[in-house]
Amino acid sequence: MDPAVVIDVARLGKTFGPVTAVEDLSFTVRAGEIFGLLGPNGAGKSTTLRMLITVLPPSTGTATVLGHDIVTEADTVRSLIGYVPQERAVDRFLTGREHLELLGGLYHLSRTETNARIDELLKLVNLEEHADRVAKTYSGGMKRKLDIACGLLPNPKIVFLDEPTLGLDVQSRLKIWDYIRQLRENGITIVMTTNYLEEADQLCDRLAIIDGGTIRVIGSPLELKTGLGGDSLSVTIKEHEAEKLPRLREGVMALPLVRDVRLNPTGLDILVESPEKSLPAVIEVAQRLDCGLDGIEYHRPRLDDVFVAHTGHGLRGGTPDTAEEE
Amino acid sequence: MTFQHYRQEVLALTMRWVRRLSREKFSMLFTLVQPMLFWLIFFGSLFQKAANIQILQAPNYMSFLAGGVVVMTVLNNGLAGGVDLLFDKENGFLERLMSTPIHRSSVILSRYLFVMAITGMQILVILSIAFVFGVRLETGLPGIAVILAIGMLFGVGLTAISMGLAFSVKSHGDFFSMLGFLSLPMIFLSSALVPLSAMPGWMQVVAMVNPMTWVIDAVRPLIITGWNAAIPQVGMAFVILAIFDAVCLYGGAKAFRRAIG
Repeated sequence: MDPAVVIDVARLGKTFGPVTAVEDLSFTVRAGEIFGLLGPNGAGKSTTLRMLITVLPPSTGTATVLGHDIVTEADTVRSLIGYVPQERAVDRFLTGREHLELLGGLYHLSRTETNARIDELLKLVNLEEHADRVAKTYSGGMKRKLDIACGLLPNPKIVFLDEPTLGLDVQSRLKIWDYIRQLRENGITIVMTTNYLEEADQLCDRLAIIDGGTIRVIGSPLELKTGLGGDSLSVTIKEHEAEKLPRLREGVMALPLVRDVRLNPTGLDILVESPEKSLPAVIEVAQRLDCGLDGIEYHRPRLDDVFVAHTGHGLRGGTPDTAEEE
Repeated sequence: MTFQHYRQEVLALTMRWVRRLSREKFSMLFTLVQPMLFWLIFFGSLFQKAANIQILQAPNYMSFLAGGVVVMTVLNNGLAGGVDLLFDKENGFLERLMSTPIHRSSVILSRYLFVMAITGMQILVILSIAFVFGVRLETGLPGIAVILAIGMLFGVGLTAISMGLAFSVKSHGDFFSMLGFLSLPMIFLSSALVPLSAMPGWMQVVAMVNPMTWVIDAVRPLIITGWNAAIPQVGMAFVILAIFDAVCLYGGAKAFRRAIG
C-alpha cells in the first residue's frame, strides 16, 4: 500500500435494520491532510466516521486505518487515533483536568506522561486558567476546546472530528479552525465531518461530498470548483464596437492563461486559469485592438455550486427521505 | 491487554464515579438519608401500633422492617445503577470511552465496584440507625458480613438489569418509567413491609416468585431471630440469587453487546 495513504476505505456500508445509512463508500485519506466529509444532516457522515473509529461495526465492506483493519484490529486502531465527538461529550461534574486524567488512564499512559501531556494540551487550547473548574461552568466554546484536548491526549497520528464547530459563535469557530490547522502543521492527519460549506472550503485539503448515504464526488475544493468550469471572465463590449468582437476573441484566445473563449450576444465568456493575471492581459488586448469595453465581470464558482451540481439540491435543503443520524 | 492495563482503566473509570458523587453532595445526602428517614424511621414508627407482633414474629415493627429496608436499599441502588451509563450513552460520553483502547468490560466493572461500595456503606448506615432505635442484631458482626454478602449478590443481578435496560431503551423517559414500574411492585409484592402470612392468598403466590422475598426472608432472621433460624433461609437465598444473577448477567451482557458491538 502507498505509505502516504493512512486510511483506506473499500466499499464500506452500514444498515440499521431496513434503513441503509451509508452504502458502497470508497475513499482514501493521505498522510498529513485535512480530509472533510461534507453533507447535510442525515447524509451518513457521522455513521461513516463512527465506523472508522471502530465504535460502529460496518455491515459491508472493509477499511484500514494506518494499515490496521477497523474490525479485526479495532484495539490497535483505537490506540492510534483520537476522536472528538459531535455532542459536547463532557461530564459536567468533572473538571477539565479530570477529563484528561481519566483519558490518560484509558490510554494507559503513566502519571508523569499524562501530566506532561495535560499541561501541553491545556496551553494549546488556552484552558489553563479554567482547568480546575467543573465543566458545567464552561461555555460552549470552552467545552469544545476541552473536547479537542481530549481527542489529542493520546498523541494520535490521526484525529477524527465530528462537526467540530457545530453551533459555535464566529470567534470560537475561527479559533477551532486555527487549532485544526496547527495540528496539520504538526503532521497530524485530520478527518472531519461538516455541514458548513465555508468550513469545508477554508479548511479541508480534500473533501468528499456525501448525500443520501453515498459519495457524490471527491476532490480538493479547488478541483471541485474548477471541475464546474473554473474561474471565468465575462467581457461586455460597447454596443457600437460589436463588429470588433471576432478580432477581440482571436486576440484573447492567443493569451497563455486562457482556456476557452465563447461568444455571447454582448461580448465574450472567457475561461481562465488565473483571473488575477489574465484580467490585465485581457484589458491590454482590448486596448491594443482599440476595442471599447463596457464592463468586465469575474465569476468564481463557489462550493455551493459544486454541491448543487453533484447532489441536485442545496445543502440546507436536506434530504428528508434518508436515515436520521443518531 | 495486560492485567496492569485493565486495572488502570477500571481504576480511572471508578475514580470518575467517585468524583461525580463528591460533586453532587446534596444528591448524595438524599440518596443516603432517604431510605433510613422515609422507610425505617417514618414507616417504622407509623406502623408500630398497627402492626400485630404475633403475626410479625418480631419484637417490634421497626426490627421487622429493618431487614426489608436493607434489601429495599439494595433494590433501589441496583436498579439505579445503570442511570449514569444511560446518560453517558445519550450525551456521547460512552462513545468517547469506547473509542479508547479499553477492554469493553472495564466500564461495567467500574460501575459495579462503585454501586457495590455505595450499597455496602448504606447497609451499614441503616443497621447503625436501626441500632440507635433499639434494633439489636441477633447474629452480631458475622451476621452483618452475611447481610452484606447477600446484599451484594442481589445487587449484582439488579445492576445488570438496570444496565441492560440502559443500553436497550430508546430514551431515558422509557428507562425511568420502566424502573418505576419495576421497583414499587417489587417492594409491595414482597415480604418487605408485611410477612407473607399476612398477605391475601394471591399476593402470597406472587411474592413467592419475587426474588426479593427470598432475600428479605434470609436477612430478617439474621437481625431478629438468630443463626438457627437464619442458616436454612440464607442457604436458600444463595441458591436463588445464583440463578437470579446468572439470568440477569446473561441478559445484561446481551444488551451490552448489542449496543456496543
